[in-house]
Amino acid sequence: MKPLGSIRRSFAPWADPAAKPYIVFENVSKVFGDFTAVDDLSLSIYEREFFALLGASGCGKSTLLRMLAGFETPTRGRILLDGQDLVGIPPYRRPVNMMFQSYALFPHMSVEDNIAFGLKQEGMPKAEIAKRVTEMLRLVKLEAFAKRKPHQLSGGQRQRVALARSVAKRPKVLLLDEPLGALDKKLREETQFELMDLQQDLGLTFMVVTHDQEEAMTMSDRIAIMDKGKVCQVATPAEIYEAPNSRFVADFVGSVNLFEGTVARREGSAAVIEGEGITIDTDNGSDAPAGAKVWYAVRPEKIKVSARAPEVMGPNTAEGEVWDIAYLGDMTLIHVRLPDGRVVRTSQLNRQRVVEEPLTWNDRAWISFARDSGVVLTR
Amino acid sequence: MNRWSRFNIISVTLGFAFLYLPIVILIVFSFNESRLVTVWGGFSTKWYGTLLSNQGLMDAVWVTARVGVISATIATVLGTMAALALTRWTRFRGRLLFSGMVFAPLVMPEVITGLSLLLLFVSLGFDRGITTVTLAHITFTMCYVAVVVQSRLVSFDRSLEEAAMDLGATPTRTFFAITLPLILPAVVAGWMLAFTLSLDDLVIASFTSGPGATTLPMKIYSQVRLGVTPEINAICTILIGIVSLGVLTASVVNKCREVQRRRDEQAAMRA
Ligand SMILES: Nc1ncnc2c1ncn2[C@@H]1O[C@H](COP(=O)(O)OP(=O)(O)OP(=O)(O)O)[C@@H](O)[C@H]1O
Ligand SMILES: [Mg+2]
Repeated sequence: MKPLGSIRRSFAPWADPAAKPYIVFENVSKVFGDFTAVDDLSLSIYEREFFALLGASGCGKSTLLRMLAGFETPTRGRILLDGQDLVGIPPYRRPVNMMFQSYALFPHMSVEDNIAFGLKQEGMPKAEIAKRVTEMLRLVKLEAFAKRKPHQLSGGQRQRVALARSVAKRPKVLLLDEPLGALDKKLREETQFELMDLQQDLGLTFMVVTHDQEEAMTMSDRIAIMDKGKVCQVATPAEIYEAPNSRFVADFVGSVNLFEGTVARREGSAAVIEGEGITIDTDNGSDAPAGAKVWYAVRPEKIKVSARAPEVMGPNTAEGEVWDIAYLGDMTLIHVRLPDGRVVRTSQLNRQRVVEEPLTWNDRAWISFARDSGVVLTR
Repeated sequence: MNRWSRFNIISVTLGFAFLYLPIVILIVFSFNESRLVTVWGGFSTKWYGTLLSNQGLMDAVWVTARVGVISATIATVLGTMAALALTRWTRFRGRLLFSGMVFAPLVMPEVITGLSLLLLFVSLGFDRGITTVTLAHITFTMCYVAVVVQSRLVSFDRSLEEAAMDLGATPTRTFFAITLPLILPAVVAGWMLAFTLSLDDLVIASFTSGPGATTLPMKIYSQVRLGVTPEINAICTILIGIVSLGVLTASVVNKCREVQRRRDEQAAMRA
């Protein structure tokens, strides 16, 4: 099978059976009272990987990081770092640093003292500390603020100090809990690329928590989608987007149309699905046997909308009316309502400035998609 | 309607007079030339001079100062530890009993505290003196320190300590580098409170002290029974001066820091 998505990646240790994972969560559970925050979770992360945890609020992302940093002890299971079991090792002896969701800057210390704190604990010589601090300040562009106290900084500046402080010790693994939460959109995008460069330059392993999917897609090598303390899928951004393994993942990342139906026929990997008002002919039919109930997931941008009926009304086509339409500049969102009332979401890239036959509300419209545009989901 | 009606003015004046007139009279008469406390004989500071040569009074001042400093310091250490235990380990066995025991002296009548300590010292065969007074003061001021420090600790952001440990600081280093500096204002306030309480205590000191360990309040009380002298007025004026200076400095420092912080924050928002 050809690789998915529009980027070819050369870094893919997870696909190499000989590669040894660097961080391993082995059937880890964390129970608070009678609430299970992390539920029998297993995960492998490779050296120099930029790994993102993506999930709704309260799904256990921070708890997972805190267990790796040593602030929470797993109720069950174990965590290995470079082959070594971490259970029983206190946080101050783990080669792991964390950037806190709340930054946790020391309010009584200046910016430079905050950054130097970890280095002092190591017993690094004074001259070297000064050099490293200067280097870090330059990295986060805060040279002018070295003498300030945290409360004299803006939210974005505080975030950068927190980042510099956690990177200063050159930890093997850097854990970042919502590192860019407080930044506005523009600064956020810039900082995303800065983080990626930083990770490349220092050769660190990053584990980032976020609930912004675009951020996770931009920065990471692989993403783990979490729900209620469990991992739903671990894959590259392209695989998560183009080949989600469940309706939850498909729906959580980006926008998706789900057609429910039963498998009518199968031939190798090809399948014909009989849905309500639409017949779907696909060449990647999962392994669902004939007669099974399945969902066909197809992304809005993979669906073509046309004001004219196709020559043959074969499979993968349906007729409806334009229900809603929104012009976003780079693309136009068109919602098409099928006769049975279902609304299909589509997005059309505006490649031309002048469109031959622009659509409007209540127009007749025909949707169609190619055989390989979607995936068949069994759960 | 005028908020400062005549009734209001009168009641406020009376209230303040009731509170402060005795103190004002005491201060004024400490500068009285005459030996008779109730008769004004002209302005003089001679009683402040004779004070220094009154050996009995000076001994009492020395005892009080020593008891105050030592007991306040030990009570601050113990009270801070108790507050830490109560806020940090919220689920240890016997926590309720422990917190009850720490805070009981707050509401215990002083006479009972004094009497029970006296009985304890007698049954242990301790010689009553400066040590027993100090011990007694530690016992009853510790809970005040614990209350003051605990109120600061409940709003303390634990992630600061986690961050310090994450950066490689052991729990001990974390306490001295992060926790203590941040709760220091409360610890200092607790110390001052403990010192003031010790300074002013008459009841417990009377129960637990022995020969050669007369504290200033005890000395003043026993002298007053023989008649108020201008010397007593003078020493009381000095005490009032010390206490007001302490309170004033604390509030001015606090105010300045508050103003400075607000200005910094505004500057940061603009940046
Ligand atoms: N110390 C604790 N005691 C009890 N419950 C806790 C504790 N810490 C976390 N939880 C619970 O565990 C769940 C997961 O929390 P966690 O902080 O890991 O969520 P999260 O995925 O990081 O969410 P967010 O995106 O909002 O930060 C939450 O429901 C939370 O209430
Ligand atoms: Mg979180």
